[in-house]
Amino acid sequence: MSDLFPITLLSLQVSALATLISLLIGLPFGTALALGKFPGRAFLLSIINTGMALPPVVVGLFVAMLLWRSGPLGSLRLIYTPAAIVIAQTVIAAPVVTGLTAAALQQLNPRLRLQLYGLGASRAQMVLALWREARLPLLAALMAGFGSVISEVGASMMVGGNIRGQTRVLTTAIVLETSKGEFERAIALSVFLLAITFLVNWALTIIQQRGRS
Amino acid sequence: MTALIEVRDLLVRREKQTVLEIEHLAVQKGEVLAVVGPNGAGKSTLFLTLARLLKHERGTIHFNGSKSTSTLEYRRRIALVLQEPLLLDASVRENAAVGLGFRGVSKTESDRRVGHWLERMGVAHLADRSARKLSGGESQRVSLARAFVLEPELLLLDEPFTALDSPTRARLLEDLKSVLAETSTTTIFITHDLREAERLGTRMAVMLKGRIHQAGEPREVFAHPADAQVAGFLGTTLE
Repeated sequence: MSDLFPITLLSLQVSALATLISLLIGLPFGTALALGKFPGRAFLLSIINTGMALPPVVVGLFVAMLLWRSGPLGSLRLIYTPAAIVIAQTVIAAPVVTGLTAAALQQLNPRLRLQLYGLGASRAQMVLALWREARLPLLAALMAGFGSVISEVGASMMVGGNIRGQTRVLTTAIVLETSKGEFERAIALSVFLLAITFLVNWALTIIQQRGRS
Repeated sequence: MTALIEVRDLLVRREKQTVLEIEHLAVQKGEVLAVVGPNGAGKSTLFLTLARLLKHERGTIHFNGSKSTSTLEYRRRIALVLQEPLLLDASVRENAAVGLGFRGVSKTESDRRVGHWLERMGVAHLADRSARKLSGGESQRVSLARAFVLEPELLLLDEPFTALDSPTRARLLEDLKSVLAETSTTTIFITHDLREAERLGTRMAVMLKGRIHQAGEPREVFAHPADAQVAGFLGTTLE
């Protein structure tokens, strides 16, 4: 079990980075979908909602085809690297964060925007105030995004290759150990995965619930 | 007297329907203009248009003699209070300071103004309480304090008492009347309640089907309605 620490660290690094990138994409995009009025908005929302249920193996397949040596982005030589896993996990988490951001902002009273403008808010100040107001569901969106990638195995396996010391993460290691019949190691890794998921969500929940009695 | 806000030839259409058409409406500095009319008369449309939250198709709105102010600059010279208090999920103090924060007012000045206006509106003891835990009347008092801390040149009120019970409404109306008299804040007060309009307004405008039918001192309007529709709405008889 000497490689438990590097595997855990890589899992955390990859999933945290993918979640962060998803947040950077999903927060503005979800906000635009929630607050904007433009043709095709409903269609885009339905695409995003479909994307929230994307099977990781399908994402893995398409990202693998893109990054494959002979694929359109093959020259970047990213296949079977941690970067490839980050890309695949971002594709999985971004629609989750986007869709839940849009839903969180749409739940707010539409007249709140008028009130904020009426109090002298610029557009950016209005959006920041809405994000602050919807901070509970937005943090839930972040947790859901992180949860969707830390627990997925299909995409990580397909684009990362589960290479020991390079792209092996907790979920792919669990699959490998189970296939070898090494149930004790698989259970130990699973406990670690659950513990990490719990600790991250616990930290986010504390932030989310701060100041609420 | 100088008109703080003057509207000329204003036309607002929604879904190809004319919802507001005002030839001329002026509000003098220090005046409290009560705009009355039944539901669907276009009062809220007028409110949103005057707050530059709704675009008009035609016409001009001069503010302090000028029409060239940017929308953001204009909105930072006015304050508005809506029917629902729409307070943020924060403390009463933070809610009262939100508009000052948008304007980049210093913390010291913000604390001073917020302290004064929470006290003046009778909610200073609730300053650290979550806005989510306030009653309807308390919320509306905070909403008014949030507007007054901005020291606006023009205060826009859209039926701020509608959701309140009768005794709360009466107390708040009296407090607001005394604050407006003290500060001489130019105010446009939208309401469908004639008694509120008469109590608070120094002038009154009767709005029916998107048009101002009559404007004048409340007593004058009640005594001499301009036409049968105004008389019908006021429940008086045409001379």
